[in-house]
Amino acid sequence: MTSESWLEQALSQALTRPLTHLVNLEQPLDLQSYVQAGGYIGATKALTQLTPKEVLDIVSDSGLKGRGGAGFPTGMKWGCIPALQDESRQAPPSYLICNGDEMEPGTFKDRYLLEGVPHQLIEAMIIASYTINADKAFLFLRGEYHLAATRLQQAIDQAYENNWLGENIQGTNYQLDLYLHTSAGRYICGEETALINALEGKRAIPRAKPPFPQVSGLFGKPTVVNNVETLSNLPHILKHGSQWFKDLSPNSDPGTKLYAACGQVKNPGVWELPMGVTIRELLYDYAGGMKDDVKLKGLLPGGASTDFLVEQHLDTPMDFDSIGKAGSRLGTGGLIVLGDKHCPVAMVLNLLRFFAQESCGWCTPCRDGTPWAVEILTRIEQGKGSLSDMTQLEDLCDFMWLGKTHCALAPGAVEPLKSAMRYFKDDFEQHIEQGCCPYQSNSNEQAQKEEQIESEHLVREGTNQEGLNLEGINQERDSDE
Amino acid sequence: MNNNNTEIIPSMMITDEEIDFRQYLSSEELSVIEHEVSIMETREAAGIEALKVVQKHRGWISDNSLIAIAQCLQISSAQLEGVATFYNLIYRQKVGHYVIHLCDSISCHLTGYDEILKVIQTYLGIGYGQTTPDGEFTLLSNVCLGSCDKSPAMMINGQHYHSLTNESVVSILNGLSQNAGENV
Ligand SMILES: Cc1cc2nc3c(=O)[nH]c(=O)nc-3n(C[C@H](O)[C@H](O)[C@H](O)COP(=O)(O)O)c2cc1C
Ligand code: SF4
Ligand code: FES
Repeated sequence: MTSESWLEQALSQALTRPLTHLVNLEQPLDLQSYVQAGGYIGATKALTQLTPKEVLDIVSDSGLKGRGGAGFPTGMKWGCIPALQDESRQAPPSYLICNGDEMEPGTFKDRYLLEGVPHQLIEAMIIASYTINADKAFLFLRGEYHLAATRLQQAIDQAYENNWLGENIQGTNYQLDLYLHTSAGRYICGEETALINALEGKRAIPRAKPPFPQVSGLFGKPTVVNNVETLSNLPHILKHGSQWFKDLSPNSDPGTKLYAACGQVKNPGVWELPMGVTIRELLYDYAGGMKDDVKLKGLLPGGASTDFLVEQHLDTPMDFDSIGKAGSRLGTGGLIVLGDKHCPVAMVLNLLRFFAQESCGWCTPCRDGTPWAVEILTRIEQGKGSLSDMTQLEDLCDFMWLGKTHCALAPGAVEPLKSAMRYFKDDFEQHIEQGCCPYQSNSNEQAQKEEQIESEHLVREGTNQEGLNLEGINQERDSDE
Repeated sequence: MNNNNTEIIPSMMITDEEIDFRQYLSSEELSVIEHEVSIMETREAAGIEALKVVQKHRGWISDNSLIAIAQCLQISSAQLEGVATFYNLIYRQKVGHYVIHLCDSISCHLTGYDEILKVIQTYLGIGYGQTTPDGEFTLLSNVCLGSCDKSPAMMINGQHYHSLTNESVVSILNGLSQNAGENV
């Protein structure tokens, strides 16, 4: 496609797919092309025609809710910033932090925006910073997103060159410095107060709240932490208005949402759709349905730390309220889909291993509870469990639930575990009764495959296979966890 | 009284005195660290960036590197150690020329991770946390790499590889082996 026809097609979707219509993963738009495509209009409007309070009112009125997992109203979050309560603007400057940590397993939506349309995020951060009276903003990016880091840094440099960052932005007396910080690989850094500790160079454990970051955050200053997707809505809300944003969605949660699907589906991917598309539409119309020969067993609707939903929930709209009523959370809006040929206990074990490994260790229920759950689940999966193990797991779910830990990591681990024990109880019990994993009845096939891997000269030259006991290594690793 | 106290209580730095960070760290490393310090409100806030730049130049963070960085940031090496060991991408042990980070999270688990791991382990003759005897490859796990729509996935020295199959993973490693041979 020529770049002109690409742009023409992109612009035709500007009002229906605002977040992604300009996404170009091959070669994102540079500043000039982004401006030609209608970029920086929202920021111009905010900086030259509106007071911070007026921007806040528009954002509050739009009903935008956080896309980082919790769905907290963005306007309300910003409203707690002292500068917005004190109109005289004597309040200290704040910090804006964009949360681009995206390490929740099964979540890859922000990557699409970070790699595909970096200027949109920078424009968004300018608008948000202006509103909350920030003169410094940080873009906190997970360390593994190397391509995004390169592209974002290029975009930041271009923004400085073109007076969209730095002093007297576009002739106004507003000043903003924006820095890219790349992290070094730890899931808990995505939790907003742990993120602040990480930026301060401390061990990244969450902080007790209150005080909330809006009052005392980075270096003790008022701080707002917002997700990449949340912020990316701002240029469009300012450009087209809050009513337009509300009209994008047929139900009470406004706007579009980046939905995704991965796991055992035919066509995994990410799509921007009106908020409230049903799980069924997402799974069958967009993700192409289940892979050949497998039926749906269950799915996590919004990343690793959400409760399982099953067949009976397929017609639930994917918005915060409806998914909540169905007993789960919209989370990050990415389906993780499990088919009926794969062991649900093994899946939950994989998830809990993740949480146990990534627990920061600050509070006991999480630090000790998650590995304990891994131990029990391992036993059950290996066919060595007993029925009392199920009761212990239930107890652990209570110990790690909301209000008993400093942050939402532990409750997030409970969600898939508890719901799996509810919907896949039979599977757990069969493991215990049969003394083996019923899904491994094809274990002969598995053994054959493994033999094949070993026999098919798939060994690097000079590699000495003797003396290497892979099983031993794996066991050592497991006991470390 | 006060003077006495400072004499009795050993400073964290005493054992580190053989190292002078100004000599130990290269001018390039120092300038990156000082740039980061200038952005932040405290020196310690440059910790991650400092660890990353030193690792970029030296491959990993040795005890001496850790001590030098801590001195430069005016924090105890124990505090910096607490930060360094917190992160998956900071290597506190020597690693191979190529560091394989294989994703072991849920989408990869559902789409063939077990077999890919087995293939890599067989091909290289190493398990997690180990390095091949010739120092070419280290194998580590990684949480979700954000490529769940193209799983299984791995990352090697910053390069991401998607939709891995038993065959493709061997040919990727094979290609890198040959590169490495040429560089030597
Ligand atoms: C363990 C944990 C990890 C998190 N990881 C992320 C993340 O990677 N990205 C993100 O935007 N929010 C993450 N969050 C949520 C943040 O704490 C915070 O709510 C969010 O960044 C707020 O942005 P929003 O209001 O725009 O949604 C995480 C929360 C927890 C408890
Ligand atoms: S719940 Fe877990 S991750 Fe969160 S603060 Fe406590 S120990 Fe750390
Ligand atoms: S689970 Fe492996 S890339 Fe996301």
